[in-house]
Parts: sequence; structure tokens; C-alpha cells
Amino acid sequence: MQTAISVEQLTKSYGRKMALDNLNLTVEAGTVFGLLGANGAGKSTAIECILGTKVPDRGRALLLGKNPRKDRRALFQKVGVQFQESDYQSEIKVYELCQEIACLYRAPADWKTLCERFGIGDKLGSSVKSLSGGERQRLFIVLALIPNPRIVFLDELTTGLDAKARRDVWKILSDLKSRGLTIFLTSHFMDEVEALCDEICILRKGKTVFQGTVSEAKARSCCDDFEEAYLCLSGEEEIGE
Amino acid sequence: MKTFGVLLKNELKLNIRNMNMVIFAILMPLVVLLILGIICGTKPLEGRAYTFIEQSIGALCAISICAGGLMGLPLVVSEYREKKILKRFKVTPVSPLMLLGVEFAIYVLYCLVSLITIITAAMLFWKVRIGGSLLLFLGSWLLTMVSTLSIGMMVGGIAPNTKIASVIASLLYFPMLVFSGATLPFEVMPSIMQKIVSVFPLTQGISLMKATFLGLSTGKVLVPILIMLGVIIVTAGVAVKFFRWE
Repeated sequence: MQTAISVEQLTKSYGRKMALDNLNLTVEAGTVFGLLGANGAGKSTAIECILGTKVPDRGRALLLGKNPRKDRRALFQKVGVQFQESDYQSEIKVYELCQEIACLYRAPADWKTLCERFGIGDKLGSSVKSLSGGERQRLFIVLALIPNPRIVFLDELTTGLDAKARRDVWKILSDLKSRGLTIFLTSHFMDEVEALCDEICILRKGKTVFQGTVSEAKARSCCDDFEEAYLCLSGEEEIGE
Repeated sequence: MKTFGVLLKNELKLNIRNMNMVIFAILMPLVVLLILGIICGTKPLEGRAYTFIEQSIGALCAISICAGGLMGLPLVVSEYREKKILKRFKVTPVSPLMLLGVEFAIYVLYCLVSLITIITAAMLFWKVRIGGSLLLFLGSWLLTMVSTLSIGMMVGGIAPNTKIASVIASLLYFPMLVFSGATLPFEVMPSIMQKIVSVFPLTQGISLMKATFLGLSTGKVLVPILIMLGVIIVTAGVAVKFFRWE
């Protein structure tokens, strides 16, 4: 199998605070990888160092065998990204934002169809700021998929979505995965991680505390429930004590 | 090229929706023209072959240049950085040059619309005619505009946040707008002040536009042209070289 993402010894600190400590991971093409951890555990820092929007202190990340800082323009033809905090031009409308993103790529997907699949097909003429939180979140997933990417990064993919919308998003992502898309996501919903991810990595204060499959995580922590297993492995339970 | 076209169309729509530039770059110069027209009329100045309005055309065209280059452009670029819109663009194949080029082109369009409306209105209502060379006038206008917009692009490019960009923009905008001859005629200033404000590239631009529009001897044209070209090379270079996505 082809390697889509490879990360070696990625390390990043802000001042004296270690945000990411020696992250190593490999994601095979056509699989879903979940990066988990509490708020502030270093997930977003990891994604940004992998994408090259932040410079790591040490280590390197390759996407499709390429360096995202050096080969930025060629690489991002094939990589879609949804950031956790995405902003947009004030007063911009949904179709304008989609157009602006689509025009940057050589072979973009049909964004109208994507919007319909994600249930915002009737919102094309609305201004982005008038959308509900869930609609906006779905729009940003659409934007990440417009490049027709081979890898997509989704940071906190379904935050703000209702139960039905989350299931719909899972279905679409599973479908895209079956067609060869590699997905790298972060999430706070363990049912989602269990449903989607082939492999996971749990971070705690920047350090990797677990890497493997969901069933391995359950086995390691002796919990039947994955959420329990996650809390046990990520050490979040101790915080309450 | 298609990318440039789509971005330009959408960003221009957003900019017009915002209305700031429509007011400050298109309407305000027309209002100043109207006031000058009411006060000064169409009589030639004493002992001169041209009217006060004819003499002020260059200055009126500088108002939109000033608004776009020293207010609009730096603020929009720094706002896009602060709102992390540029960060989102960073994970796409777009080049910084393309983004800066699109924003630059928007303000060129505003300046162009203002130039056309000012000259048309002045010709229709106050019988203004071009005593000099239209081509040389347009050349001076182009040089003035590009140098001022380049300053704006540099400010937007290097200011750490919108607040600082806005302070720098105001520090450049108001003195240049008032003292470069764009609103207060250069001729009425005391000579010591004339010397001080001569360092503004906009002052040089306005005097060049005025001379070419009226057909006066352009005298020392080399100095203003060199000053403005120097400003363009330095500021545009800094803007592109030190461009930051976030």
C-alpha cells in the first residue's frame, strides 16, 4: 500500500511549553486516521506542523512523499484542509466562497453537487455569516473537498452538528474513503472515531500515549466501551480526581 | 488567468458591498469637485490661461489614489491575515503574488473609475479641457497610483495586525491627503511647508499630473519620476519579499 502521510519526530514548542513532543506516524493511502486528545493536547499544532503552516522545531512531515513547505503549490492541488477556526470574508455568500476556492484548482469537484450532498444546496445564495453553526461546519467540509483531494484534513470535523447531520457526514466520508481518499481527522466524539477510523493516535500534553486501532485501544485499557478506553488512555479521568 | 478573473470578480463584489471605497474613492472626489466648481466656477485664474478646476484635476484624482492606497489596500490585506483568511489560502495552490495582485487590481479599478468620473463631470459641467497632453497626464497618473498603492501593499504586508495597519494607514493617509495638495492646494502653503511635504511621493505625483494636464513646462520631471519609481521598487519588493500568511 502507498503511504499518504509520514511524520517523523515532529516536535514543536511555544516558548517553554512543549506543544508537540516527538510525534511519529504513518497513514496509508485510502485509510482514515484519527488524532485524539483533550483540548490543548497538541492536535491542532500537529496538523499545522504536518501541513507546513507552522514550522516544527524538529522532525519532518511528508504528504504524498512531498515536503508541504517546499512543494506547497503542487501538493495542495491534491490536499484539502478544514481548519478548526476558519474565518471568511465578511459579507461573502456561500456560492462566492465556493467559487473562490474552486477557481484555485486545476480540476475541482462540482461544488454545487457537494453542497447538495451535505444538505446546504438551498443555501448557496445566503451569506456565510447567516448560516447556523452546523451549516457552516458542513460548508467548511465542502470547501475541503472541492479540490477533489487525495488527502483531506478535517480538524474537529463534526463539532456543532446534530446527530442526523453527523451520521450523514460519516456516510459521505466512508463513501469517499472507499474510493481511495485518505482522511486525517481530529474529533471529540468517540462514536465517530469508532465508526470511521482505521487507526488512531492519542495525544496527551503533546506526547503520544497510544497508537493503534480502536480494538487495540480497548484491549490495552481493558474497557469494552471505546469512550472509556479513550478516557483511560488519554489520562483525562485523572483530571477529575 | 481564470483564477485571477474569478478572484477579482468576487473580491470586487465584496469590496463594493462594503461601500467604504465607493464613498471615499468615488463619491468624495466628486463632492470636492462640486464644491470647487461652486466656489471657483469656470473663469480662468488671473493672468493664467486655465481655471482653478483645471489646475486641481490632478489633485482630485489623487483623492481616490490616497483612499485606495493608504486606507483600503493596507486594511484589507491585514484584515485577511488577522481573520486567518490568508492562512486558509496558504493550504491551497494559490501564490501570494496572485492574492496581492487581485487586491491591487481592485484599487486600480477604483482609481480608474474616479479618474473617468472626475474628468467627465469636470468637462461636462465646468468646461474643463486638457491644455497639455492626455497621454503624459495618464502616464503621471499611472506612476502616482502605482507608487501609492505599492506603499499600501507594503504596509498591509508587514503590519503585524489590523490595529497597527490602521494606525500606520492613518498616519500616511491624513497628512498626504491634506498636505500633498490633494485637498489643500500646494500653492497656498508657506514655502517651508512646501519643502517638507515635497518628500511625499503623492506631492510629486500631483505636481506632475498638474503640469501635464495644463501643459505647463514640466521642468524638473526627472526628480519626481525617479522618486516615484524608487518608491515602487522598494515598497513592492518589501511587500512581496516579506509577505506573511499569518
